[in-house]
Parts: sequence; structure tokens; C-alpha cells
Amino acid sequence: MIELLRQSLLKNGLLTAFALVGALMGLSYFISTRLTRGRLHGSALAVFGGLVLAYVGGMITGGKNGLADVPMFAGVGLMGGAMLRDFAIVATAFGASFSELKKSGLPVVIGLFSGVLVSFACGAVIAVVFGYHDAVSVTTIAAGAVTYIVGPVTGASLGASSEAMALSIAAGLVKSIVVMIATPLLAKKIGLDNPHTAMVYGATMGTHSGVSAGLAATDPKLVPYGIMAATFYTGLGCLLGPSALFLAVRALLRV
Amino acid sequence: MTIYGVALLAVSTLVGLTLGDELGALLGVKANIGGVGFAMLLLIFSTDWLKARGRFTPPSAAGVVFWSNMYIPIVVAMAAQQNVLASVKGGPLAILAGVAGTAISFAMIPALARLGRPK
Repeated sequence: MIELLRQSLLKNGLLTAFALVGALMGLSYFISTRLTRGRLHGSALAVFGGLVLAYVGGMITGGKNGLADVPMFAGVGLMGGAMLRDFAIVATAFGASFSELKKSGLPVVIGLFSGVLVSFACGAVIAVVFGYHDAVSVTTIAAGAVTYIVGPVTGASLGASSEAMALSIAAGLVKSIVVMIATPLLAKKIGLDNPHTAMVYGATMGTHSGVSAGLAATDPKLVPYGIMAATFYTGLGCLLGPSALFLAVRALLRV
Repeated sequence: MTIYGVALLAVSTLVGLTLGDELGALLGVKANIGGVGFAMLLLIFSTDWLKARGRFTPPSAAGVVFWSNMYIPIVVAMAAQQNVLASVKGGPLAILAGVAGTAISFAMIPALARLGRPK
């Protein structure tokens, strides 16, 4: 009986993932209302729970895809993979107000540039402090602090060492996780309760996974605005990282 | 029919992502630039256009709304497959580099939002 159940859970991976995530959501909302009196939002707890499961999955399998590397939960990889993620994110735009989008042009552009530059500069300074002095490694690690996609794209085109690449990706992952967890906690403080601020937030933070999860846990209605802006961030980072930013780092390190 | 909504959503997403890849290739960047954003605009425009002609009925809308509601669970599944272990193993450098930029970015948001708040 148990063996048969195991077999069907394995064979129907996506359904197993639906059931698992459903249970996790239920547990999170229960904890949210009963134990935190709604102060910690259920979806924020669920995202955090997902990260914990990813950590456990990584511990068990030693793989890179968190829980999705456990054969029984491989369906989580499909459910949370790029295809369904983009599909569902686009769906959230249904009912979004276009006039709200149009109003926020300039601050979004400033947010995009300052977000990429600030994250990159912080990453670069910290890389130098930790003893990296060649321009390629510093740029790669700094680009990772922008997002974990910008990092490896930059590193690959500069021919960075695998050590710098690994650090770069790790820095980006830390950023995305910090954004996921911190957004719902800081939302009130930074006035993140309207489409305009959500767009500025999306543009400044830029990490796709961090912004999508952070806004989902704050107010799902804001998701399309934040994501719409964030969708240009990684592209801008990939554009600037191996070019202008690399040249700037190289010039500064020579001084 | 519900499938009309789902199909419209699928077409919007596919076209948007293709545009994003195209823009990335044009700029010589190995990334999708704005794909999801273009897809969102396509969805907003196409549903508005169809609604104005009475061709986008509530059952069709249900096909889009369902996926919009599935968004948070999908994000939870996405979180569950992040390489959390590697981010912790990356050590102090990775953690500091990730946290520092994020903290300053958060701090900038109120000022940036005020800067251009639409009247």
C-alpha cells in the first residue's frame, strides 16, 4: 500500500507538488493567524517555509535545486519553474491599471540605474575588502550582488574563475532571499502600499524571484507593478556588467 | 469558454518572452529583457480590446484569474527550489555582498518614490 502510494506520488510529480504546496500554505496561514495574530503574513511564512524546504533538500541530495532534487518532489521544479512562474506572473497583470503604469516612468528609470549601481558598488567594495584585486573577479562578484543571473552572465563573458562565479551566484542568492523575507517586514516603513512605490521598489530591487515573492507576501495586488519594472533590471545589469562596469572597476583598481 | 482566457494568457506570455529574447539579442545581452513586462502589456491591451467588443466573457476571464490566484503557491514552489544551501555556504563574503546592496536599495526606495510621485 505504502509502496503503491510512493509510486503514484513519483509518477504524478506535479500533483504531488500541488498537494505539498497546498499543505504548506495551509500550515503557514494557520501559524499566521493563530500564533502571530496575522502580524506575519501567511504567504510570507509560506515563502520562508519553501526556502527552509529548499535548504533541507539541498542538505539531503547535495544538488542545486533544493527540494526539487528529491525525486519524490521533482514536481516542485515544474510547478515553480520558469514556465509556470512567468505564466502566472503575467496573469497577475489582468486588471492592473495601465494609467498607473504610465505615470511612473522617470522614477522607475532612476530606480533601475541606481539599483544596479548601488548593488554593484557594494559587491565590489566587499570583494576588494575580502582580498580580491583583479578586475575580473571583482566585477563578477559585484555583478552577482546585482542578481544571480547578472553575476554568471558577466563572469562568463569576462572569463572569470569558477571560484568567483560561485561567490557571485551565492551573493545573488543571498540578495534574493533577503528581499523575499525583508519585503513584507519593511513594507510599511518604506511606504510600499501603492502601485507607484511598488514600481519603484521593483525597479530598485530587480531580483525577479525576490520581488515576486516579496510583493506576493506584502500585497498580491502590487505584484504586476513591481514585476513590470523589475523585468528590465536583470537586462540592464547584463548590459552594464561586462561592459561599462567592468571598465570602471578596471580603471579604479589601477589607481 | 475558460480555455479562451488561458489561451490568450499563453499567447501573450509566449509573444512577450519572444520580444524580450529579441531585445536581449539586439543589445547583445544573454538575457531576456522585459519579456514578462511586454507580456503583461499585451494581456492588458488584448483583454481591454476584447472586453470593449463584448468578446471577453466572465468564463474566459476565469481562465486568467485562476492562474493569477495560483501565483503565490507557484512562488512558494519557486522558493523551494532555490539553492539556499549554496547561498549560506558562500560564506561571509557572499552574505555581506548580498545584504549590503539590498539594505541600501531598500533605504533608497522612499526617496525615489517621493521624487516622482504622480500628482
